Amino acid sequence: MAAALAVETHGLAKHFGAVAAVDGVDLAVPAGSTYGFLGPNGSGKTTTIRVLLGLVNPTRGSWSLLGEPMPQRAMAALPRVGALVEGPAFYPWLSGHDNLARLDALGPDGRSSTREKRIGEALARVGLTAAARRKYKAYSLGMRQRLGLAWALLRPRQLLVLDEPTNGMDPQGTREIRHLVRQLAEEGTTVFLSSHLLSEVEQVCTHVGVMHRGKLLMQGTLDELRASSAPRLRVEPDDPARAMEVLGAMGLRDLSRRGPEVVATLGDVAPEECNRRLVEAGVGVRMLLRERASLEDAFVALTGEGFDVAG
Amino acid sequence: MGLVEAFSMGLVEARTVFGRARVRALLGVLAAVPVFLGVVVYLSGGPAAGEGPSFLDRVVHNGVFTALAALTVTMPFFIPLSIAVVAGDSVAGEANMGTLRYLVARPAGRARLLAAKAAVVGLFCLAAALVVVVTGLVVGAAFFSHGRVVTLSGTTVSFLDGVGRSLLAGLVVGASMFGLAAIGVFVSTMTDVPIAAMAVTIGAVIVSAILDGVSQVSFMHPWLFTNYWAAFADLLRDPVRWHGIAKDLVLQTGYVAVFGAAAWARMTTRDVLS
Repeated sequence: MAAALAVETHGLAKHFGAVAAVDGVDLAVPAGSTYGFLGPNGSGKTTTIRVLLGLVNPTRGSWSLLGEPMPQRAMAALPRVGALVEGPAFYPWLSGHDNLARLDALGPDGRSSTREKRIGEALARVGLTAAARRKYKAYSLGMRQRLGLAWALLRPRQLLVLDEPTNGMDPQGTREIRHLVRQLAEEGTTVFLSSHLLSEVEQVCTHVGVMHRGKLLMQGTLDELRASSAPRLRVEPDDPARAMEVLGAMGLRDLSRRGPEVVATLGDVAPEECNRRLVEAGVGVRMLLRERASLEDAFVALTGEGFDVAG
Repeated sequence: MGLVEAFSMGLVEARTVFGRARVRALLGVLAAVPVFLGVVVYLSGGPAAGEGPSFLDRVVHNGVFTALAALTVTMPFFIPLSIAVVAGDSVAGEANMGTLRYLVARPAGRARLLAAKAAVVGLFCLAAALVVVVTGLVVGAAFFSHGRVVTLSGTTVSFLDGVGRSLLAGLVVGASMFGLAAIGVFVSTMTDVPIAAMAVTIGAVIVSAILDGVSQVSFMHPWLFTNYWAAFADLLRDPVRWHGIAKDLVLQTGYVAVFGAAAWARMTTRDVLS
C-alpha cells in the first residue's frame, strides 16, 4: 500500500503571533526519493517538520504521511516514520541502549521479542555498539547525534525524516552518515533530509525543495533546480582585459575576473560562439568551459540572497 | 491500542521514574524521618504526654506510633514537597529535555502518555506515604514495644491490628495527595520549565494551608485540598471514624477530575516546540 507521495502538504501554514514561520507550503515528496529540504536557518524547515510529525498544530492547511491523512491517522502513519527532529534528545541518566529500549516500549509496533536484536543492529549501523551501555550524559555531541539516528532506524521505516543529521559530527562521521543515507535510499526508504548545507544535499539527494522565509520557493529534481539558473562560462584567456571587452560586447552579463580566469553568465549564447569571437579578436584561449550552475548559484538565483542570510 | 498496552506503558514509565536517582533520594529522605524520630525518642525518652506533634508522646509506648508520628510530621510539607517535585517534572521535564517531541512522534499518543504519567505520579504519592509508614514500623518494632496498641479512644487492639491500621493510614495519606498531584501534573503541562511547575505546585499547598488556617474564610475550608489531610488519625479511633476520610477521598476525586481534565485538554492540543 505504498502511496505515490511519501509526504504531501497542501497550503500548510503555521503562524506564531503575527509571524508566519511556515506560509502556504505545498510539499510533494515522491516515495523512494531522497528529498533535500533546503533553506537557511530560520527559513521554516524545522517548524514544517514539527507539523509533519504532529508535534505542532498548523494554522492552516492539510497534510498526509505515507498516504495517511494527518493528524487523524497519526497512530497508523507515525510508527512507519523514523525521525530525528532538531537534534537528539534522550534521558541523560540512562544508557544509549536503555534510552532506545524505553522509547521503543512506549508506542505501537515496538515488539519486545525483537527489541534487543533491533537495538543491537541499529547501534551497530551508526557505530555506537561500543558505547551502548554508557550513560547518555557521557556521550559527545557526535555520539548523541548517532544515537538519534539509531533511534530513527530502530524499526523498519518507510520514511525517514532527518533534520540536520550531520550537526555536530566530524568529517568522518559526516561521510558515514552520507553513506548511510545512500544505503537507506537504495533499500527503498524515502528520506526527507533537511539541511542548511548545500554540498550535503547536492551529494545525496535526488529531489530538492527550497525554503525561504516560510515559503517553498521551488521543488523538483536536483537537475530541475540546477536548470532553473543559467549556466556559466569560464575562460582562461592570455589577455583577460581584452576578453572581458569582447564578451561584454556579446551581451554576456555578470562578467568578473577570478585570478587568470574570466567568468560570466552564459545565458542563451553558445559557448563555441564565444570561443570564435575571442579568437577572431586576437585573444588566445587556453581554456573554455561551460559550467552547470551549482546548487548555491541556483539558490542565490531563486532567493536573490546569499545562503547565509536567515529569512 | 488496548488496556494491556496502556498498562505496559505505565509500567515502563514507572520503571523510569522510580529508577531515577532524584526520586530515590526523595524517598530516602522521607524514610530518614521515622529513623530520626525513633532514635531521638529512644535516646531522650520522648515528650511528656500531650506535648509535641500528635502521636509523638505515644512513641515510647508502642512501635506503631513511630510510624504514625512520622506520618504526622511529614504530611504537611515533606510529602507534598516530594510530590510537587515529581508531578511538576512529569511533563515539563520531558519538554525541557526535548524528549517530549520524541515521545509524541513515537507516537506514544498524547492522552495515553498523560495517563501513564499521571498514574505514576499517583503511585509515587502512595509510595511516599508508605515508605514513611513502613520504615516507621520497622524502626518502632526495633526500638519500642510490640504489645497491644492503645487507640485514641482509650481501648486497646492487637499489635497486628495496629500495624494494619498504620499501613491503611499510609494509603489514606497517599490518596489524599492525589488532588495535589493532579494540580502538579496540570501545571506541568503548562510550561517547559520543570522548576517553575514544582514551585507553583508547592505554592498551591502553601496557599491552601494558609486559607485553611484563616477562620474568616471558613466557607472555603471544605473545598481546600489540604483541609482533610489530618483525617487519617481517625483510623486510630475505636471504632474507626470514616466520615472525615470519606469526605477527603471525595474531595480528592473532584480535584483529580477537574485538574485531570484541564491537563488532558492542554496536553492533547499543545504545540510541542521544545
